[in-house]
Amino acid sequence: MYQLSHVNKTYQGKRTVVALKDVDLEIPDGQMVAVQGPTGGGKSTLLQMLGGLDRPTGGQVAMAGQDLAAMKERALTRVRADEIGFVFQAFNLIPTLSARENVECALVPARVPAADRRRRAQEALEAVGLGSRADHLPGELSGGQQQRVAIARALVKDPKVLLADEPTGNLDEAMRDEIMGLLESYWRDNQLTMVIVTHDSTVAARAQRRLRIVAGEVTEA
Amino acid sequence: MFGLTVRRELTRRRKETIIIALGMAVATALLIVLSGVSAGIRNGQSQVLQSLYGVGTDITVSQVAAPGSGATPGQRFEFDRGQGSTQNGTTSLQSSRLETSRGSSTLDAATVDTARGVTGVSAATGVLNLNLMNFSGELPSGTSSAPAQGSRTTQGQEGTPGGGFGGGSFGFQQTSVSGVDPASTELGPLASATITLGRALAASDNDQAVAVISANYASTQSLSVDSTITIGTSTVKVVGIASSDSTTLSDIYLPLGFAQSASGDTGKVNEIYVRATSAGQVDATAAALREALPSTTVSTQSDLASSVSGSLASAAKLTEGLGQWVSVATLVLAFLLAILFTLSGVNRRTRELGTLKAIGWSNNRVIGQITGEAAVRAAIGGLVGIALGAGILGVLNAVGITLSGSAGLGLGRSGGGGGMPSMAGGMASAAAAGPAGAAMGGTANAVQVVLHSPVQPTMLVLGLAAAVVGGLLAGLIGGSRAARLSPAVALRSMD
Repeated sequence: MYQLSHVNKTYQGKRTVVALKDVDLEIPDGQMVAVQGPTGGGKSTLLQMLGGLDRPTGGQVAMAGQDLAAMKERALTRVRADEIGFVFQAFNLIPTLSARENVECALVPARVPAADRRRRAQEALEAVGLGSRADHLPGELSGGQQQRVAIARALVKDPKVLLADEPTGNLDEAMRDEIMGLLESYWRDNQLTMVIVTHDSTVAARAQRRLRIVAGEVTEA
Repeated sequence: MFGLTVRRELTRRRKETIIIALGMAVATALLIVLSGVSAGIRNGQSQVLQSLYGVGTDITVSQVAAPGSGATPGQRFEFDRGQGSTQNGTTSLQSSRLETSRGSSTLDAATVDTARGVTGVSAATGVLNLNLMNFSGELPSGTSSAPAQGSRTTQGQEGTPGGGFGGGSFGFQQTSVSGVDPASTELGPLASATITLGRALAASDNDQAVAVISANYASTQSLSVDSTITIGTSTVKVVGIASSDSTTLSDIYLPLGFAQSASGDTGKVNEIYVRATSAGQVDATAAALREALPSTTVSTQSDLASSVSGSLASAAKLTEGLGQWVSVATLVLAFLLAILFTLSGVNRRTRELGTLKAIGWSNNRVIGQITGEAAVRAAIGGLVGIALGAGILGVLNAVGITLSGSAGLGLGRSGGGGGMPSMAGGMASAAAAGPAGAAMGGTANAVQVVLHSPVQPTMLVLGLAAAVVGGLLAGLIGGSRAARLSPAVALRSMD
């Protein structure tokens, strides 16, 4: 699925920060990868490169043979809309929209008709056990429920890749296990390629492959 | 989804929506109120001009007397010894004199024909504006040779005690008189009047001792059709009563020929009313008239409008000067407010916008979303502003603000009803007529106008459009900023 070659990322500021240093990495289709490392080590930057949210300073980030680093913005947006699902530590739900409307947002770029969009969003929420909470605002849901809405939003478009940045970082252990169970079940059932950035070794231990990133350098753990 | 997200955004961020909408509402309302009041004042000015110059008059031609060359000397009534009747040691005196209005110079009546021949002139008629001055008094015997000079201006109330001296007393009454061409009363001072009793002047009346009098004058002098009036040495028969919305009808209208002979101004007029062939030709026609009649003063309606003075003129200056600036400044402020709030909203929603971009929303969709929200907020403000503006205008109209206006360019304007003295019309011309003239002619021909500020549909549409444009502008600026936002940066900022 992914082929990263000599990927570098530096941030220019008062002082130059090297976030990724000559990263070579291959992630096969359907693999579940956990990325660990200290804060500021480059985990989130790596995830952003994989998700086409940011471009490397140098090197190639090939996804299914297409170099995301060289893509035009419009094409990159299309890739994000169709093929990649994101789950964030802070859930990132739109506070003014209901749970179902949040899930529907992911189908908007694909121009799915409104009725179909509504039906699919409802099904996705039912799949994560929140069918009865579809009309609730994020503020009316618990952290675990909000993360489940975020997972429904990431998966409702049937992506090829799921990128999760500390998906259980804001949850207690019970909720962590519940969310991880949900993600694993989707990964298994849909043969997703899944990359999870986590500080939590318990979560990392559930992945097929574990990577460690320190000072921008990626190594197998 | 666009409508849904806009609706959700507006209803669930009410505070922001209310503040932006209120800003736009105030700006829109101000725009509508100021334009309405401005239109009302313009209408008021037109009313003043119409009442002074009649309906259909585009241009007036007159001649102001040069300083020191007053057409008539001061207000003097001289009586010879032995004049009047003496009884019980008191001599009763009466005198009636008809003369041209103070500060005006007469023009040869042939000038009217010259004006008619000028290119662009559709019709022209000459008017001779006059004052009828009646003096009556009683003086102790032995003082009658003293010239009696009117030392006060009366308000035309017959029998008002005048200044008394040496045991005598006198009354002084002035009446405004206009000599009009009876063959063309559709143009000129009688054009806006309606004959309510009797008949109008006819072409055959030109040299006849007949008159049409204003309803107000008829009322105050207890006159009616077939009554007679003494003008100088002539007895004139009232043939019609005229009324008008204008408060500046002359008291008496005489056929021009008779007025000329009675005042000793045979073959003279002192004002020419001109109608241009079309509204678009007024300025060109005025220029042609200036060329054809170089010694005269040619005034168009716009010249006259600028001569309107009084509270009406002050209000006009206020709305056209300060009002416009306030309106523009408020609109700009509302635009800035909308832009600032939209940008502030974009900043506050960095996480949301970054997330939307991360899940595949294009830049155009993000810009559209932000712009849509801002435009709808502004449109709500615009609609509220329209209601507010229309409401304020309604209240202003209900209260009925009265403004007064007078014009100072013309000559020999007739005074208000009830024998308001008609002197030289304008302050400048009054001053030119000498001290007595200044004292008397300083009385302007004030017309009271109740301000009616119309709610103009065009301004409602423009007000709403301005609000929406402001919203769109704010949205585009805010949306562009959101679109430039890198999703990675947006997501990193929240982390």
